Amino acid sequence: MTEMTHESGGNGNFDLTQFYQIFFEEAGENLDQMEQMLLALDVDNADDEELNAIFRCAHSIKGGAATFGFADVAELTHQMESLLDKLRRHELQPTPPMVDVLLESSDALKLLLARHSGKDVAPPATHALVERISVLASGEAPASAAPAPAPVAAAPAPVAAPAAPLAVSAPVPAGSRELEIHIGPLEQITQADSIAELFRDISGLGSIEALPCDAADRRIYRVVTTSSDADLMDLFTFHVSKEHINIIERHAPAPKAASKPLANEGTDFGFFDDAPGLPGSAPAAAAAEPAPAPAPAVAPEPVAQVTPVAVAAPKPAAVPKAAPAAAQASLESSTLRVSVSKVDQLINLVGELVITQAMLAQKSRELDSAANQPLLAGLADLDRNTRDLQEAVMSIRMIPMSVVFNRFPRMLRDLAAKLGKKVELITHGEATELDKGLIEKITDPLTHLIRNSCDHGIEMPDERRAKGKTEHGNITLSASHQGGSILIEVRDDGKGLSREKLLRKAREKGIDAPDSLSDGEVWSLIFAPGFSTAEEVTDVSGRGVGMDVVKKNIASLGGTVEIDSAEGYGMSVKVRLPLTLAIMDGMTVRVSDEVYILPLSSVVESFQINPKDINTVAQGSQLVKVREEYMPVIELERVFNVPRFEFNAASPIMVVVEAEGSRVALMVDELLGQQQVVIKNLESNYRKVPNVSGATILGDGKVALILDTSVLVRRSRH
Amino acid sequence: MQSILAVDDSASMRKMVAFTLTGAGFHVVEAVDGQDAFEKAQTHHIDLVLTDQNMPRLDGLGLTKKLRESTKFKTTPILILTTESSDAMKQAGRAAGATGWLVKPFDPGRLIEVIQKVIR
Repeated sequence: MTEMTHESGGNGNFDLTQFYQIFFEEAGENLDQMEQMLLALDVDNADDEELNAIFRCAHSIKGGAATFGFADVAELTHQMESLLDKLRRHELQPTPPMVDVLLESSDALKLLLARHSGKDVAPPATHALVERISVLASGEAPASAAPAPAPVAAAPAPVAAPAAPLAVSAPVPAGSRELEIHIGPLEQITQADSIAELFRDISGLGSIEALPCDAADRRIYRVVTTSSDADLMDLFTFHVSKEHINIIERHAPAPKAASKPLANEGTDFGFFDDAPGLPGSAPAAAAAEPAPAPAPAVAPEPVAQVTPVAVAAPKPAAVPKAAPAAAQASLESSTLRVSVSKVDQLINLVGELVITQAMLAQKSRELDSAANQPLLAGLADLDRNTRDLQEAVMSIRMIPMSVVFNRFPRMLRDLAAKLGKKVELITHGEATELDKGLIEKITDPLTHLIRNSCDHGIEMPDERRAKGKTEHGNITLSASHQGGSILIEVRDDGKGLSREKLLRKAREKGIDAPDSLSDGEVWSLIFAPGFSTAEEVTDVSGRGVGMDVVKKNIASLGGTVEIDSAEGYGMSVKVRLPLTLAIMDGMTVRVSDEVYILPLSSVVESFQINPKDINTVAQGSQLVKVREEYMPVIELERVFNVPRFEFNAASPIMVVVEAEGSRVALMVDELLGQQQVVIKNLESNYRKVPNVSGATILGDGKVALILDTSVLVRRSRH
Repeated sequence: MQSILAVDDSASMRKMVAFTLTGAGFHVVEAVDGQDAFEKAQTHHIDLVLTDQNMPRLDGLGLTKKLRESTKFKTTPILILTTESSDAMKQAGRAAGATGWLVKPFDPGRLIEVIQKVIR
């Protein structure tokens, strides 16, 4: 075979850039996955399948990066892969410094990928990482990692013998030569890197690997190629002048016999002699049993340099058995990437369909059921199908909370290390699904809450010990469905909130904070703008902005935040969110001729009252006594200036709604029922309307306003 | 039209291979790992299998062995894509019953060239 035929590559006919985006996404997913697995890795008792899976992530990124021409990404992942390969083959024992450097490399790769995808970020210093990884991969404990030399030193010993030949000189393919290329001395030694790149860029040129070199202005490479010295020199002199290149033969050309087992081969590909599937191979020969163990006839002696260890090497990868990996793979095989805008369009159309269906259902009630039996039956089917369709379409946008939760272990690890604290993160309910739009918007607020817990909540280890707690603090992050909403809770077992401290702070800030405030109301004080309880401002959190922003962000998603705390024992922040931004379970109420929607999630109860039970207190505000407790009353007809024609009629029904830990009673004329409503944004279609969070179209085609209960509750406080 | 089963756990590689091969006039069946490929091989007509080596669930060598067990795939060309062209790898490929190997990374033109050496 003649190699060096790079004109045959035809790379120019193919525009690889069209695959870049897929590659970036995929590499990002691989990095995230790798990071999670590294964080979960028990270094003293690493599971084979875990190590394999981590290796596969690096391997997969490397393969893509090399194919699509991202040399820097390929180089770093190559180093990571080499280290991981030794780990999964048990040639080395995993150590914390290895996990650290792999995590740092993962960060660097993210930056490299961001740069390649056109983002303006600073280039990471990958050179130092490459060095550190190769030191670790060499099995020598780095000077800085002296405290833990024992396991590192012990591990390589039993496997050093089979490892060495693999690492020092990979087998030379038949027909090719092994060369040592000495470059230098050069003022700009990085020029030598271009030579290494040649081998990556030109397929068929052969393989190159850097060998250790003491001089800073020189490089030594080991090259395996079929090309002649003259051809190589021609190529190299594009980058480095001739007098600085020295090509030394390391191996004589492999004996002719060695090429025999391969029917047809180049340096980058090959076919096996008599292998099944080759054109012209006799059917009889092809049908011969592919012996499970290489039979003498199939494996002639020239390739005997293969040690049993090397033959067995691919085995760990060949017997994957862990369930998670399998589940992941089967998940991917049945998934389809679709742009979000298409899904949103679908949801919008279904929303319109739901409204039309509701309209038809309403009209059909006026029809004579006997005369229109077939039509009504059809409409009933339509009703059911529409509901199913709506549910199915909404579920497309649902993604599991694990997407958000997965970023926290890493963040907490770094943060705890920075603060000198010990923190453990426990997560529950990662599989709970939430609308994609909400997931994206809840990430920042949750990040803030977790940072707060770590920074302000969890005490220093000695302080915790003095209090009789475990040295490491626990932060529990959980998600669960509760009715029509999702409840996300961030709980820590740190020092908790102090009622006195909060009240004092509030007064210092000029906030009206009487001692009579309930605990819930005191805790809510930390949501006031500019309120911070940290003794000193740290660079982690506690700049005094934050909690108010957190609350505002969550409220803008139609969610609520509740705080609970016990001083000395920790605190819990509960975030309640609607499952989706597009559809809501609502209670329809009538006030005179107007219909309003209340979010069902905030409705506590409703009851009929006697007008005598309403007491008017100072400044005209009204209170109603419910089970020995006074509750503020809001007359919706006054809030919205609803015209009323029967002057003596008063709204006889109270609907109690709860938001932000407080309750108010809303006066309405009638409860019309409960229904799912498609939320239409009023702000983008009209303008912001006070006390209203959105609008919907009812079955009869009329527009009804959806009330913003948290604003109504706040209104009653003033 | 000849049909190629392209197996790779990396979506970008799979897309690249599929795009290249369809451009060269082949029909491509994609599979995300060896197990998926094995299942798809049962229900599709396949003229050549092009498989990555390192994959979750079932790797390229494992897939090759499994395919060779059935009469349907006794003589179907199977090419393994691998990053290591070591003799150990080749030995394992031969023992598993593979037809040949191609080193990654490769450029698209090269892939077609190698495939056309086996099927036309």
